[in-house]
Amino acid sequence: MLIKRPNAIRPSEITPESVYRERRRFLKLGAAGAIGALALPAQAGLFGGSDEGPPGKPDFPGLKQSRFSVDEPATSWESVTTYNNFYEFGTGKEDPAENAHTLVTDPWSVAVAGEVEKPGNYAFEDLLKPHTLEERVYRMRCVEGWSMVIPWVGFPLADLIRRLGPTSRAQYVEFTTLHDPQQMPGQRRAVLDWPYVEALRIDEAMHPLTLMAVGLYGRELPNQNGAPLRLVVPWKYGFKSIKSIVRIRLTEKQPQNTWNEMAPHEYGFYANVNPAVSHPRWSQARERRIGEFLKRDTLPFNGYAEQVAHLYRGMDLKRFY
Amino acid sequence: MANRKDPIPWIKAVVFPAALLPTLYFWFAALTGNLGANPIEALIRGHGDWALRFLLLTLAITPLRRLSQWGGIMRFRRMLGLFAFFYATVHLLGYLMLDQFFAWGAIMEDIVERPFITVGMAAFALLVPLAITSTRKMQRRLGGRRWLRLHRLVYPAAALAVLHFYLMVKADTREPLIYALLLAILLLMRLPPVARAITRKP
Repeated sequence: MLIKRPNAIRPSEITPESVYRERRRFLKLGAAGAIGALALPAQAGLFGGSDEGPPGKPDFPGLKQSRFSVDEPATSWESVTTYNNFYEFGTGKEDPAENAHTLVTDPWSVAVAGEVEKPGNYAFEDLLKPHTLEERVYRMRCVEGWSMVIPWVGFPLADLIRRLGPTSRAQYVEFTTLHDPQQMPGQRRAVLDWPYVEALRIDEAMHPLTLMAVGLYGRELPNQNGAPLRLVVPWKYGFKSIKSIVRIRLTEKQPQNTWNEMAPHEYGFYANVNPAVSHPRWSQARERRIGEFLKRDTLPFNGYAEQVAHLYRGMDLKRFY
Repeated sequence: MANRKDPIPWIKAVVFPAALLPTLYFWFAALTGNLGANPIEALIRGHGDWALRFLLLTLAITPLRRLSQWGGIMRFRRMLGLFAFFYATVHLLGYLMLDQFFAWGAIMEDIVERPFITVGMAAFALLVPLAITSTRKMQRRLGGRRWLRLHRLVYPAAALAVLHFYLMVKADTREPLIYALLLAILLLMRLPPVARAITRKP
């Protein structure tokens, strides 16, 4: 499989945390001047974001910086951890931050099943141990028309799949979120068909951009962001990046993903970010980057076209949305 | 109680500023950075919620008069209706000016292609003539019967407003369905047999 590397980005070009923080502060000061003394944002005013950093000390000291990171100012810790779609904890954006404390992430285990040589139940720590964690700053584009830039901590899914030994019949990888209404109060109502399921084609799963994340901003994942283990597929709409994974199954047939099952005309299996294909209820041409006032143009494959467009060569993206 | 002084202006003097509290809260919180990570969305949705609430409150006046036999309550109807229009206007302007920032091409595309926006615009369009003809002068100029007939537009407007909300949500339809249920009750109470049954005899 030919994988195009984004050789335009060298490690030296990646912005260190202290610098992008400073830049945010500078941008905000400009915005504050524009609307006068009212703009002293505790979080995010109408015209700019907050620069409040994550609490405490980093959980992953000495993280390797990934050359796959984008050079764009990261969305504030506050926004990344309080504005979430995680229906298992409620359908409001602020519900997960409020309710996710009931999730127990330790102990945690992941069932590996299907077309693999080494199926079984893996303790989270054992699953993680062989991997070197790195920081990757990725764009995240929600199907609802907003976006963020998030410094994830994780490792390539490809490394994990290789270690599990996929059989020749493995064509897709299916992921399942924890189903436990005791811990996840949102599951007490049938808003979606629980448990939440997502899936990738095997070549998408093996792509070097596809990340298994265990942290953000150098901290362990907050529960509302999908602790302790989640998927991050930066060229697809956010709902593909399934949270709090308890099961990974390799399959021969294309699995049914939850939102596609719920509303097939609105959410596809691929869900690649595509400004040319509108959602039936809103345009996907532009997006609001959280913390910014003006919308920006949405990029094909969320700006990762150079790396991933070849995966879909010859496919009608209007049909396979 | 035989009160020679009319209490209604005093009640209105309380209701009026109270009805402004939501918008004051949203703007103050938005400008000071206390309206969450996406303040534009929160501001627009907040005003939409209150437009719907004031619309239902306006529609509750007539059934409440029948239930209570207190005619004075009718004197709050115009104020509540105009507050519904006010919140709907800020809701719409927020979409045009803050969310879309005058991107007329995108706005036209939304109106034509997104059913929830088409329906929302239609609801607002129906409210405009009602707000314009809300003054006593316009009421006189139109004549009572024509004015009443025109103001029946509030029923389709409310139905479209609820539908607008219902079509907007992705999966959790509970909240718009609650509004739909309340609206259905308020409309049922206007059916002549029901209206007769609930009217308290003096």
